Amino acid sequence: MVPAALATLLLLVPLVAMVASTDWQALPGHLTSTAALDALRLSLVTSTIAIAFCLLLGLPLAWLLARVDFRGRGALRALVTVPLVLPPVVAGVALRSAFGRTGVVGAPLLDWTGFAFPFTAYGVVLAHVFVSMPFVVIAIEGALRSADPRYDDAAATLGATRWTTFRRVTVPLALPGVVAGTVLGWARSLGEFGATITFNGNYPGRTQTMPTLIYVTRQADQDAALSLSLVMLLVSIGVLIALRDHWLGTP
Amino acid sequence: MTARLEADLRVADRVDAGFTVEPGEVLAVIGPNGAGKSTLLHALAGLVDVEGHALLGGTDLLGLPVRERRVGLVFQGQLLFPHLTALDNVAFGLRSRGESRPAAEAVARDWLERFGIADLAGRKPRELSGGQAQRVAIARALATDPDVLLLDEPFTGLDVSVQMALRIELGRHLRDFPGIALLVTHDAIDALTLADRVLVLDEGRVAQVGPPAEVAAEPRTSHVARLVGLNLVADGEDLMAFTPDAVVVSLAEPEGSTRLRWHGQIGTLAPHGDAVRLLVHASPDLLADVTPAAATELGLVPGREVWLSAKATAVSRYGARPGGR
Repeated sequence: MVPAALATLLLLVPLVAMVASTDWQALPGHLTSTAALDALRLSLVTSTIAIAFCLLLGLPLAWLLARVDFRGRGALRALVTVPLVLPPVVAGVALRSAFGRTGVVGAPLLDWTGFAFPFTAYGVVLAHVFVSMPFVVIAIEGALRSADPRYDDAAATLGATRWTTFRRVTVPLALPGVVAGTVLGWARSLGEFGATITFNGNYPGRTQTMPTLIYVTRQADQDAALSLSLVMLLVSIGVLIALRDHWLGTP
Repeated sequence: MTARLEADLRVADRVDAGFTVEPGEVLAVIGPNGAGKSTLLHALAGLVDVEGHALLGGTDLLGLPVRERRVGLVFQGQLLFPHLTALDNVAFGLRSRGESRPAAEAVARDWLERFGIADLAGRKPRELSGGQAQRVAIARALATDPDVLLLDEPFTGLDVSVQMALRIELGRHLRDFPGIALLVTHDAIDALTLADRVLVLDEGRVAQVGPPAEVAAEPRTSHVARLVGLNLVADGEDLMAFTPDAVVVSLAEPEGSTRLRWHGQIGTLAPHGDAVRLLVHASPDLLADVTPAAATELGLVPGREVWLSAKATAVSRYGARPGGR
């Protein structure tokens, strides 16, 4: 009982303390500053675009992992989970090595097109996709696994191709898991700090997202950082509410 | 296209069965649980690995991908797509084969109409009763106009009254169906009322094939004998089949042929029509029908040792192996 109570307090007290120490008078001012609005807008836009890419690329990958038996499936699944356990700052360094101006992919890309990812909003999206992809893939793979594959058989006997079956049967049946994975990945993307700041720096209006803004603001203005953090807390609670059927209420 | 089906299917450790079915024919597949009945259907549909061939008008079905086989499978437990309406479920096959939505829905609506459930077109499977869902499942398979229709225990899990109604309905659709139909069932009534021929599967192998009346009269497996309510006794190279009401029960050893008398303990007694049906643990287990009066008079209770005998004239005697097989 006591450890359980301690654990609960440990999780709860910081959040309550944060809300309690918020300067409500100054809050509207903090949230409507140009830097805050820019960062919030950039965070929402990049996270949403990133999650769209995660779905586009992650859904087929999840299906492959869940439904197709091939050599190296275990290795591929392990690879997918790497960003989950990798320190985000290391992810940033790794992305730098690949997509930086002198990186393995980045250097030829710069030569041919004149485009480089680092220090741009595209770079922010790239970092988000890298760290969020595992959440999306793993959640959807789980949902696909729990969906009865005999429905796929039924679709095949009715003449459906793999693609039709995937689109009209497999994904709709796994939809709750797909939604959960999407929301989870989006929330992870919104909170992404380490990879983003390492890969893209912290340029207001271009690569400064909410978490990086909170980090720099806190060094100068604790109250403003609190107000910004409160917004992120509200988003997190929103995510929990969106997923309540998925997590809460199930024993 | 209507052509005969010549199949020889081998599924590792499960099925090793050869058979032919004529166009328009309904072949019932019966056998005990685990005999490989469902596996046989799934092999024809392409859902399990199988060796051998299944020639239909010169084409080997086993060489085609599942979706090109033109085989309609009605799954055990229906497997209607839970997120689609009844109409969309029935239209699914045609849509998958490239029909436009209006064309597919028109055909689907027609099929629902034929099954008398057009008013349920907009319902999701969870809003359908067992009988309704089964009708949708059969309509879904038939809507794609398959060459081969496979029905896997279509009446299992339904109320008895629903089973009767659906059986009559299915019989009508099977008569109109020009292709080949295979019906897996564990109910003798299905085999007797719906099938043109019966294939008895035992441990994955074909134990017997023939018209329902012949299989029912001269069963070659104890499973079928039990299904049709016959006693079946092996006697050398021969089998002897006789009805329970042809069995005489006595407390003392009867006279007559030793081949036609058995001794054993009563296992159970249960009312059966006007009679009382005894299950006697002789070798093998035998059924005997006696009048309630006789049961009382003889003091027949479970555990009681009794003698059973049958008149030679009431016993049908036939070879254990059909000619050649």
